[in-house]
Amino acid sequence: MIKVIVVGNGMVGYKFCEKFIAKSGQEKYQITVFGEEPRRAYDRVHLSEYFAGKTADDLSMSTSNWYDENNIILNTSELVLKIDKENKTITTHLDKTFGYDYLVLATGSAAFVPPIKGVEKEGVFVYRTIEDLDAIMTYAKKIKQNGATEAAVLGGGLLGLEAAKAVYDLGLNPHVVEFAPRLMPRQLDKAASDMLQSKIEKLNIGIHLNKATQYIDGEHSIKGMMFANDELLKVDMLVISAGIKPRDELARVSGLVVGERGGVLVGNTMQTSDPFIYAIGEVALYNQMIYGLVAPGYEMADVAAEQILGSDKTMRETIDMSTQLKLIGVEVASFGDPFIENDEVVAIVYENKFSGIYKRINVTKDGKTLLGGILVGDSSDYNGLFQIYSNAMALPPNPEDLILGSRGGESSTMGSAMDLPDTAVICSCENVTKGSICCSITDGTCESLSDVVKLTKATSGCGGCKPMVVDLVKAAQKSIGKEVKESICEHFHYTRQELFDIVKINKYTNFYEVVDHHGNGDGCEVCKPVVASIFSSIYNDTANKHVTTQDTNDRYLANIQRNGTYSVVPRIAGGEITPEKLIVIGEIAKEFNLYTKITGAQRVDLFGAHLNDLPKIWKILIDNGFESGHAYGKSLRAVKSCVGNAWCRYGMDDSTTFAIELENRYRGIRSPHKLKGGVSACIRECAEARGKDFGVIAVEGGWNLYICGNGGANPKHAVLLAEQIDKETVFKYMDRFLMYYIRTAGPLVRTATWLEKLDGGLDYLKEVIIHDRIGICETLESEMESLVGTFECEWKQVLEKPRLLKRFNHFVNSDEKDENIEYVALRDQKMPKPW
Amino acid sequence: MFITFPVAPKIKIMQNILNEYQSIAFEEVKVWFKAGTLKDFPSNRGGCIKYKDKQIAIFNFERRNEWYACQNVCPHKMEMVLSRGMTGSADSVPKIACPMHKKTFSLVDGSNLNGEDYSIATYPVKVVDEEVFVGFLE
Repeated sequence: MIKVIVVGNGMVGYKFCEKFIAKSGQEKYQITVFGEEPRRAYDRVHLSEYFAGKTADDLSMSTSNWYDENNIILNTSELVLKIDKENKTITTHLDKTFGYDYLVLATGSAAFVPPIKGVEKEGVFVYRTIEDLDAIMTYAKKIKQNGATEAAVLGGGLLGLEAAKAVYDLGLNPHVVEFAPRLMPRQLDKAASDMLQSKIEKLNIGIHLNKATQYIDGEHSIKGMMFANDELLKVDMLVISAGIKPRDELARVSGLVVGERGGVLVGNTMQTSDPFIYAIGEVALYNQMIYGLVAPGYEMADVAAEQILGSDKTMRETIDMSTQLKLIGVEVASFGDPFIENDEVVAIVYENKFSGIYKRINVTKDGKTLLGGILVGDSSDYNGLFQIYSNAMALPPNPEDLILGSRGGESSTMGSAMDLPDTAVICSCENVTKGSICCSITDGTCESLSDVVKLTKATSGCGGCKPMVVDLVKAAQKSIGKEVKESICEHFHYTRQELFDIVKINKYTNFYEVVDHHGNGDGCEVCKPVVASIFSSIYNDTANKHVTTQDTNDRYLANIQRNGTYSVVPRIAGGEITPEKLIVIGEIAKEFNLYTKITGAQRVDLFGAHLNDLPKIWKILIDNGFESGHAYGKSLRAVKSCVGNAWCRYGMDDSTTFAIELENRYRGIRSPHKLKGGVSACIRECAEARGKDFGVIAVEGGWNLYICGNGGANPKHAVLLAEQIDKETVFKYMDRFLMYYIRTAGPLVRTATWLEKLDGGLDYLKEVIIHDRIGICETLESEMESLVGTFECEWKQVLEKPRLLKRFNHFVNSDEKDENIEYVALRDQKMPKPW
Repeated sequence: MFITFPVAPKIKIMQNILNEYQSIAFEEVKVWFKAGTLKDFPSNRGGCIKYKDKQIAIFNFERRNEWYACQNVCPHKMEMVLSRGMTGSADSVPKIACPMHKKTFSLVDGSNLNGEDYSIATYPVKVVDEEVFVGFLE
């Protein structure tokens, strides 16, 4: 049995355990992990999402029983103080001693705190752990109550900008202070950096370059930062995020060789100066470098696990530092050598200050090889460029096509993911090649995208490779002739999406035409409403047109309740209603003896209406300016809103007007399932918009659009589709999103489940509806436009055509009402007699 | 103000109602009741008629050129709603789906098609000279 002790429970330490278990085979082992933090290993790359509402559990790398299941002993909140190399033991701060065969140091790094006078003052923080974040949040809240508005972040690199975003999310105005003359000096050239800066400054984030901080001002707590030229920046909080410092103190006291500027020296086997001790991740000094990225850390974990288990796998000589990320809403990427400049190299640069896009690629003079590049503002080309670079693939005849697109040509210049060699690394975090992804499908090991993710772990790191993995899985499935189908019911062997196309192409307008030509039997309660809903989505037919095939609620344009009576919900768009209209509703409830209740969608529901009374009730409603609220339909229900800046002292924009506009735009449109929306005028989110199928929240500089949330049995928060966009763009994306959902979702599948099942998930959806990857945006928009333009209130239709009224009689041969309906008292109103 | 009422269990009363509905075969019919004319029953959906104390759902299954009748009360929750349900077929057996909870019943023999215990009573229908008749014992 091999006894392995892992010191450090961060992402890399965790990854080592995962790799070791996967590779151990029949080998018996005992892994013991020591972590000084109180919790399981968590995802530090996405730490800033903690401010955006993610919990510590969301960020966790594993489930709570993962360690037990894999026979790993996890000791949290326990610090290892000493290694005895002779006797191969370690001692912890609890004075416990443990023996090992192999020791793995994955102690990571700490925030580098520059030696500035006054950094010990209250209100100065580092940005590294969940505990740091908690402390920052608590402090921010406190100073905000005292009227503070400004906070600084020291460091204009990758981590600094992450921290600035966090400060921004906390509702303070961030000031980024950087010593160097530009932002992200390690990844970006001057022009790229300027572009990034101008985009960030638009969000009212201050950027202070070339600043050497002399001291921290303030008595006990920070009140400002004094720069070299006696310039004072007044701030009430400072977050230091200026770089990392390897946590090598354990190695030092234990006599392992460390580098001059820190870090435990390792060779390409990840062994330290003691062959039984390995160092991986940000504590390891390899090739005279500390690598602060997750991908090299994971590769080191892999090498160490292989080595301990007896393989001769070694670390690569050159380590790729390519990165792609989103900083404060701006896409930034760099790969290969971003700066290279010499006689053999030509840089091709595209700069568009209007849309804030900068792209640079470095190509050899013969135009044959891509050496590196930078993307700011739009990094959608990153995956393709990175593959061309890392596989030394041939470039198109005009290399500039790579960043400008082939102008006038037909297909994309990147080619498809299937053109890559099998050895191409698709997921660099987990080092997964194209070959292993495709093979797992073609040899039958995996059936679906989720199987592939489970097996290879591809996409589970930074997630940037997801669109490519999705494409590869699809292409591989296709190559073995596999198609996964979900047919609707015994009458149709088609999915809803296929049926949608069949109806559209053949211009069918009647259910029986469809079932006769493309199905069998007489239909049923499942497929009839599906086809009726498709007719409505394509032709905007109201429910009156397909009475026999509509679901029951649609047939009677009301919601059937427990005793067979109906409830009536007139539209109250955005929840805004005049006193006069409220009185009308009250008078109706009194006249027809209805139970009234305010719904969750900010409307009034009138319960207990007899079928025969529905047309009379609606006559009064329509005469008083109401219209159907479609509470019975698989269609837009309501758009909830907070009161907005018309009244609220916090409101940043007019949420009620926007909600009314959204509700009126999409009212009546039939969809695979009901749709709900919400609009909030600030991040306090009183409209609970993120619990809806679509939610819009006012932020500085525009609106954030969230999609695919719901309450219900499986509550789900809506996810961010686009941020800081104007109203017009919200409508544009909404049109595309809703129409794409209406076209492709299965019957009775709400948007959240639809997105979950959508191959490629949110990233793919963004490609389709924002970047128009499959070229359907124009069609989606025009389809939606035709639906929006042809809205009719279906209750008005009924009242105008007496022949439609007939179906609201309970009896064919009598005008009587159903006499079996009985009520009992409920507080001051009534309810049906219980079942 | 809170008012509490002693609540009589509705199920018991409805059980008595349910007993009133028993399937009848065509040859057993003693009374042919005129339910209405063809135009009273739109194609491929149901209509409810009143006969003495009974509520009967009648279906003009035009697509199959067939007519069916059954009790209007759904035996699941005892609501008078089957005539408002959706017609269809399962393995080519004509059926009706209750609008309340989508319980489905054969319109031929009234059996439940979801594998549950309760079933419904069915009645013979005949159409003579555009007039629709339902058959009863009395």
